[in-house]
Amino acid sequence: MSAGSDVLHGEDLDDDEGDQLTEWTVGNIVSTLVPLLIALSILQMVSGTVLETFEEQLLEHPSLLILVPVMIGTAGNLGSIMCSRLSTQLHLGTLEFSPSNPNIRANVGAIMGLAATVFVLLGVASWAIGSILDGTLGLGTLLFITIVSGMLLAVWVVIVSTVAVYASYRLGYDPDDTTIPIVTNVSDITGVLILFGVVWVVL
Amino acid sequence: MVRHDSALDVYKQALPVILVSLVAGLFAGTLLGTDTMRDGIESVPGVLLLLPAFLATRGGVYGSLGARLSSGLHQGLIDPQFKWNDRLRNAIVASFLNGMIVSIFIAVLAWSVLLVLGRDGNLLELLIIMVIAALLSAFAMLGVLLTVIFKGYRRGLDPDNVIGPVVTTVGDVFGVAFLLIGITVAGALL
Repeated sequence: MSAGSDVLHGEDLDDDEGDQLTEWTVGNIVSTLVPLLIALSILQMVSGTVLETFEEQLLEHPSLLILVPVMIGTAGNLGSIMCSRLSTQLHLGTLEFSPSNPNIRANVGAIMGLAATVFVLLGVASWAIGSILDGTLGLGTLLFITIVSGMLLAVWVVIVSTVAVYASYRLGYDPDDTTIPIVTNVSDITGVLILFGVVWVVL
Repeated sequence: MVRHDSALDVYKQALPVILVSLVAGLFAGTLLGTDTMRDGIESVPGVLLLLPAFLATRGGVYGSLGARLSSGLHQGLIDPQFKWNDRLRNAIVASFLNGMIVSIFIAVLAWSVLLVLGRDGNLLELLIIMVIAALLSAFAMLGVLLTVIFKGYRRGLDPDNVIGPVVTTVGDVFGVAFLLIGITVAGALL
């Protein structure tokens, strides 16, 4: 970490809050982000540990290895859409946290529709690619795994996004800044947990 | 002025981006599933352990660089051209350092988790893999991100709308490929 401060030695001594937003010093950026990224990496070891535990199944069924990056990536994308839409509506003053709110209903409907589309395609694609890579899992099994874990994940991501936007707003943080990193990380970890929970039940 | 997008509107707008990212994710996954990569995973204990943290770190590092640059463009702090000024240089140097520092930390962390789990692990091997993967990622991500942001902005594209998908898409594909290169180099060196 000292390398970061050395580059800008002497430049950021009398920074105040206002300068930090526009000044862009190496020291500031590194000292803000590195602790955050380190904390997130420690959290990510949870999904890593789950993957290591399932190493044998993963190596035996390449279809499952194919699913890992896509599953967590898609969950993160869905969460990001939900978060940025909710926080924009919050900024516009049109958001009301209630299940009967047409905005929330439209967002949830869209996320579920996207999830259903993507996870069906994913089941077929992972089966097709897996067969080329000598996989032995059948199309039915893979579709079952992707649809069940995908839809569970989508419901979970909707809940996490809504709670994150609401909590961020109540705590006085701009949800635009805080919610996307939270939701993408939470969905990385829970995506792996849910995927392998379903795999463990099915296989 | 308050217009409510229907679920169908949102679905139609988001689907193309989600599908592009699906294809990229599948490509990254396919790389993971290849024989070479599976051999690598089998021969180096800890690769699966550091995979999620490594992929997420690049999202964090280059996602925040992208968000910073696009806010900077909107605020007029930087010009939409690749001009080597202090601000741009600092942002780039800082993201490079962030990526390297955190990747080294991830290697040490994965090694410690292996120890706690009572498995064999080679710290030097994991360090070489992470340093190489992080270095190559930095060059690739910076190149793609800066090109997309500056060219896109000049053509009237709001970088805020494209950075997220660009970072995940490019990051996943390159991330897994560079991990494979790291494993190969570590295997050759040790």
